[in-house]
Amino acid sequence: MTQQIDNPVIRINNLTRTYQVGTEKVHALRSVSLNIHQNEYVAVMGHSGSGKSTLMNLLGCLDIANAGDYELNGIMTTRMSAAKLAQVRNQQIGFVFQSFELLPRMSAQKNVELPLIYSDIPFWKRRKMAKEALQRVGLGSRVHHKPNQLSGGEKQRVAVARALVSKPSILLADEPTGNLDSKTSAGIMELFEQLYAEGQTIIMVTHETDIAAHARRIVRMTDGQIVSDLPVAQDPVNVHNTKQNVQEPPA
Amino acid sequence: MKKLLNFPLMLIRLVIQSALLALNQIWVNKTRSLLTTLGIIIGVASVSAVIAAMDGMNNKIMENFETFGTKKIFLWPNRPSSGPKKNVNWWQIRFKEHEFDDVLEYCPSVEFKSFISNGSNLPARFDETSVEAVRLNGVEADWFAIENRTVIMGRPFTHLDEIQGRKVCIITQNLRDKLKLDRECCGQTIIFGHHTFLIIGLLEEKPEMMFDQGNRENLEAYIPFKTMQKISNNRWFQVMASCKSTDLAEEARAELQFFLRRTRKIRPGEPDTFGIFLMENEVKKVKEVMGMISLVAFGIVSISLLVGGIGIMNIMLVSVSERTREIGLRKAVGAKPSAILTQFLVEAVVLCLIGGLVGVGLGHGLAMAISKSAPLMEGARIPGWAVLLSFGFSAMVGIVFGMFPAIKAARLNPIDALRHE
Repeated sequence: MTQQIDNPVIRINNLTRTYQVGTEKVHALRSVSLNIHQNEYVAVMGHSGSGKSTLMNLLGCLDIANAGDYELNGIMTTRMSAAKLAQVRNQQIGFVFQSFELLPRMSAQKNVELPLIYSDIPFWKRRKMAKEALQRVGLGSRVHHKPNQLSGGEKQRVAVARALVSKPSILLADEPTGNLDSKTSAGIMELFEQLYAEGQTIIMVTHETDIAAHARRIVRMTDGQIVSDLPVAQDPVNVHNTKQNVQEPPA
Repeated sequence: MKKLLNFPLMLIRLVIQSALLALNQIWVNKTRSLLTTLGIIIGVASVSAVIAAMDGMNNKIMENFETFGTKKIFLWPNRPSSGPKKNVNWWQIRFKEHEFDDVLEYCPSVEFKSFISNGSNLPARFDETSVEAVRLNGVEADWFAIENRTVIMGRPFTHLDEIQGRKVCIITQNLRDKLKLDRECCGQTIIFGHHTFLIIGLLEEKPEMMFDQGNRENLEAYIPFKTMQKISNNRWFQVMASCKSTDLAEEARAELQFFLRRTRKIRPGEPDTFGIFLMENEVKKVKEVMGMISLVAFGIVSISLLVGGIGIMNIMLVSVSERTREIGLRKAVGAKPSAILTQFLVEAVVLCLIGGLVGVGLGHGLAMAISKSAPLMEGARIPGWAVLLSFGFSAMVGIVFGMFPAIKAARLNPIDALRHE
């Protein structure tokens, strides 16, 4: 694991994304470069419109950049077909969304199995893997519950289990605690901490400072550009915060 | 090589995967799925019921032809409408017996031939009982074989009866009962007009047919052809023949034509002075007509299948927009566009096939009801090919009408789909 440190999981180089809205050209991302290594815990912060969601979509291979390169785990993804990108998402990326995005009529286990359905894994193995993933997030006893029988925190845990089940290189979380109360949020953050400790690379988009504080590295974005990229202790707001805040100090 | 083998395997896996998913989806949305398939159910049911009814009718008609005899050939003298014989009188045109000498040897496709002399209606009497009119027919022994009517009691005509012109007759059961003859009437005598005939045989009654129901009331008796020539001065007769099999009907016609043109000394280029009628040709014509009727009926009920298909497309479109977020999520976790396409396409096809299955069952019930209520369609049953056709058609409807919504789903952009409210 340590030998890979020089080989970043994510290497983006001058990534640019513009949208055509009516007659106007919107620069969502202006020539962004970023490297993320194995077992890093990164928070991407910024106001709405800062380009953090665009960056997230590009990192998640959901969107295609207009210019620049994106290398994920040594795979050049920039000029891939939709089908190839789907395969990359399937095997390399785990998504956690703000609104969980669980399929309502399927049990927790079936929801977790979903990514495996799209890879070549036989169904008995899928079941086993899904159960293991659910155990990993502490939901070993709620395997057959449907989403409407689960609490918000449990739902997000199922979503995390689904993201982890295919053992992806990166876990992408888009406002993972946005729909949760602070107590449940803390639980999810604990879970992330545990996964990080187990060696998972985590990239999390958030606008909440206290959530971002759980990460080890904070990337701040404004107007489609990275304005700061520092370890959490040196992050400007955090430095400022720790002076007067009673909040738990960054590790 | 490995790549070549991989592709179909992948495709099969994709289809099985999608089918399971589709079944799950259908099970989850039971009511909606049932209502959606209702169109297909009604369509398939009406198609298969109509096919069954047409098939039953077809069988019934063919059965009738079969009893009437599809191998029959009729020959009669006929004055041509052109050529030098256009104005000759009927006496010259009539058949002569010697023209048919050795006809069976010269016409290998012809199995039997019989002269037929239709006599006039004569009063018949036995003891004190009499009937006003009995139709007397002069025929040869082979006539019974051509007509497929067996002598159930007594004996058929013998060679001697024929060459000597004996006054023997074979009567029908109907006539026996009308004249109050003994049940075993062979050996008794009847008087036709002023000729006394010995009854030598009893003929099976004509099987019932829908074409000539009135004929059953006619009283008929059969006497040897020669005898008929003796007792009546009518020298006009026709010939009936049968071919060895229905496939040989056309050959038999050609052979008979060639043979008769030679024996009747018709010069090349001159028109025939006789007519030949093949029962098989009638059968073909009726089959053609039945086929046309079936096709039209099938076309009309197919419209209901089309309407059912549109219903499927509608629901699939609703389903796609209803599940946009789900599609987005599936894409995010790694579903390829082809997987989404297959999922929705298979869902439509599975829906249609389920509809087809229920429809065939319903159609079967309808067919049973039809066969009970309409005597003409007694044999109404859904033939195996119609079941296959219904399923094929339903699957096709599913593919055709599922394609558009499926493509729509597959083309969705994952980000937009995930943001969809």
